[in-house]
Amino acid sequence: MKAALCVAAWVVLAPFVGGLLAGLDRIVTARMQSRVGPPVLQPFYDVLKLLGKQGVAVNAFQNFYIVCFLVFVIMTGVLFFSGGDLLLTMFALAVAGVFFVLGAYSPNSPYSNIGAERELLQMMSYEPVLIIAAMGMYMVTKSWHVHDIVVFQKPLVMYLPGVFVAFLFILTIKLRKSPFDLSTSHHGHQELVKGITTEFAGPSLAIIEIAHWYENVLLMGFVYLFFAFNWIAAIAAVVITYLLEVFIDNTYARLTWHFTVKSSWIVAAVFGVVNLLIISFMGK
Amino acid sequence: MNIILFLLLFPAAVSLLFAVLPPNGFRNAVVRISCLLIAAGSVYAAVVFNGHGATFFKAEYPHLEQMFFFGEMALSLFLLYKCIGIKRHEWYIPVLIIIQAGIMAYCELSGAVPEVGHAFYIDNFSIIMALIIGIIGSLICFYAISYMRDYHHHHPEMKNRQRSFFFILFFFLSAMFGVVFSNNLIWLYFFWEITTLSSFILIGYPKTEEAIRNAYKALGLNLLGGLGFACGILYLVKFCPAHTIELSQVIALGPTVMLIPVILICFAGLAKSAQMPFSSWLLGAMVAPTPVSALLHSSTMVKAGIFIIIKFAPVLHNTWAGYFLALVGGVTFLMTSIIAVTQSNAKRVLAYSTIANLGLIVACAGVGTYETLWAAVLLTVFHAVSKGLLFLGVGSIEHKIGSRDIEDMNGLIVNRPGLAMVMLIGILGMFLAPFGMLISKWACLEAFVNSNIVLAVLLAFGSAPTLFFWTKWMGKIVSVPAGVQKGEGAVSKDEWTALGLLAAGTIATAALFPLLSRVSVEPYIFSLYQQTVELTQGNIIIMAILLGLMVLLPLSFLAYPKKSQYAQRYLAGANVGDTGSFTGAMGITREATMRNYYLGELFSEKKLFVISVAVTIAIIATMFLAVKL
Repeated sequence: MKAALCVAAWVVLAPFVGGLLAGLDRIVTARMQSRVGPPVLQPFYDVLKLLGKQGVAVNAFQNFYIVCFLVFVIMTGVLFFSGGDLLLTMFALAVAGVFFVLGAYSPNSPYSNIGAERELLQMMSYEPVLIIAAMGMYMVTKSWHVHDIVVFQKPLVMYLPGVFVAFLFILTIKLRKSPFDLSTSHHGHQELVKGITTEFAGPSLAIIEIAHWYENVLLMGFVYLFFAFNWIAAIAAVVITYLLEVFIDNTYARLTWHFTVKSSWIVAAVFGVVNLLIISFMGK
Repeated sequence: MNIILFLLLFPAAVSLLFAVLPPNGFRNAVVRISCLLIAAGSVYAAVVFNGHGATFFKAEYPHLEQMFFFGEMALSLFLLYKCIGIKRHEWYIPVLIIIQAGIMAYCELSGAVPEVGHAFYIDNFSIIMALIIGIIGSLICFYAISYMRDYHHHHPEMKNRQRSFFFILFFFLSAMFGVVFSNNLIWLYFFWEITTLSSFILIGYPKTEEAIRNAYKALGLNLLGGLGFACGILYLVKFCPAHTIELSQVIALGPTVMLIPVILICFAGLAKSAQMPFSSWLLGAMVAPTPVSALLHSSTMVKAGIFIIIKFAPVLHNTWAGYFLALVGGVTFLMTSIIAVTQSNAKRVLAYSTIANLGLIVACAGVGTYETLWAAVLLTVFHAVSKGLLFLGVGSIEHKIGSRDIEDMNGLIVNRPGLAMVMLIGILGMFLAPFGMLISKWACLEAFVNSNIVLAVLLAFGSAPTLFFWTKWMGKIVSVPAGVQKGEGAVSKDEWTALGLLAAGTIATAALFPLLSRVSVEPYIFSLYQQTVELTQGNIIIMAILLGLMVLLPLSFLAYPKKSQYAQRYLAGANVGDTGSFTGAMGITREATMRNYYLGELFSEKKLFVISVAVTIAIIATMFLAVKL
């Protein structure tokens, strides 16, 4: 029953939470740049406007992949918030990502094509850490299931500090924040135009935006798990983490994909793997 | 027993027929019927023997032992005769042949060969292997009919030696059945060497200089592995106190007595399954016609190596030697997955991915817990189906578009929608949830975390490049370039039959894997470990939902509103019609072209290959030293 409520809340409320998060993000960013910024509901106005526009596409296929992207992001969240298997959640998230990339390949346009390649490089960068995080949580709690991990009484982050650092590192990639906003940027003035989303317009662009909102909420759910022993601490951690990401976004210039791939693998190996080895050693 | 004899002898018998029949309609009809009979035979064996545990058979025919011995010696002589074509640097090939023949002759003539009670057996795992060989192997032979016709059409300079081609193809199937049904290790060794010989001849089929050199490379490396097998038999015959050469006995006696011969034979398995440092032979095998590649990669040859290592998993469990064997597989998985990113030749990408997935199977078998063994068996099944499909798909594409380069597959979804769908299903089957390979990877990961965290980490890092190279390939297939039209000329019916059945098989194995596990794999695991993997109901349902989405979502495409307005792609300049060209600065017309990323500057194939070879040689050396631990 509780699981069903969580799933319903995810499907219905997550886009609103994600949209609000995006609105707050824009205000905080504006304040950091000594601007006033848009109203907090601006992202909703934007998406509603996009939804009202006529759909323009390069070919008949591309929007199909985007719909699949949204469906699988929602499906991933359903798995996560119903307390399902954490690894399976990660795999479902990868499926969603693959559909998004295929959508960008479909128009065969140079800008979205390079955006797609870079998105794949980003996926290659963060994939190991996601799996390592799931493994770490399993090694401490002895369960792959979110519903067991969330009721674990001790603070997971104390056991998995290295894994958490590695996770924060790739969270910047996943949230598409500078210095790792390689495939597409919130800021229009980049060398790839809008990168992976260049060839999308109107309703399909709105779908992409909504899917990203869902995705961001899901990622905050992952952060929550590290602190799940106490829900107040966990929510505080989620807020602080998000503010930290906004801060990083505003203080770093974009880096190259070489650096992204290398650094995230090195961080995964140094912080994530070492952390796992220590737990495994202590466990024996 | 009769059905086993049928599977052993029938392909060999019809192969003799193909050696004399010219490639005409009658020959083709015989090939089709034979394929059907072999597939039906393997299904019949499965229906009769599945779930009965291991059933053993005596082979009490006069002079059978002597006949096998003469067979082995004749095989060695034939290989020595073939060595007249070698170059100076391939001197080690005849040396290896002579040493192996010497060891076997010494064993058998010394009179110390133990009595064999049961020469043949069939259990759930050999049934699974027989189904892979019988169904996928025959589908590939079926496909070969029209492929070889087109092949010689495309290569008029090449001599048409289809008679020897089909002769070896079916002979190969017989040998594979021999490998999976033999309980007598000396006979198993004989069949093992026949698979080496067959692949040597098939790889050299084009008779170009490159093909001949690669054939010798395959022969040399597999003989090196075979030497390990021969040494294992020598140990069993002359030094082992237990005095047996029955496979079932060797497994039952366990690591304290049997670890040395088992590791020696697993060494042969590493070579045959093209693990690092032996991988180069399988990459070289790409020069052969595509059905050969498909056969080597999916249902025969490399699967023989995997088969024997999986068979010995209970012996390897909880030993240091097994740990290092698993590490060879894990390192191979990671390194070849990364190398595959740098390749644009479709067949090479498939080859590296085969080596990587076999590495994963070796890692599972080396760990040897009941969970990893479950994953290993399922990986073998799923890999055989998807990889067979992908190779045959690339073969058909190559004949239609004249290239096997992934870059040239741009726009395949418009140009050849049918083949594009086939390729997409195959690729999805290889790496994405909820298809087979991912289910097994998932099981591996869960099992490794409990037993060997280093392997789990190797798997976590190795999966990421896998995602990269498969998705960028799919990207090329689904992209819709300007001005691409539907291609001319249909793919032949035989090819479609094979492709369609394998594509259906890829989806069906993903849908029915809980059934496969319950009926076939779990009883096998249980008989070895007295415990087995239990699939959680919830996860099965979720996988079913995911699969349903994957299959149903494309249908939604039919209902998609067609009222969309179409625009031209953005090229940062004025588009010149819908051609993919644009008017750039200074009024010059430029064409926009794009290629996938191959990360050549980050990873170099040569460098990574050398590193992996060095690392795995060191691990294998440690593995042999660790036998005594």
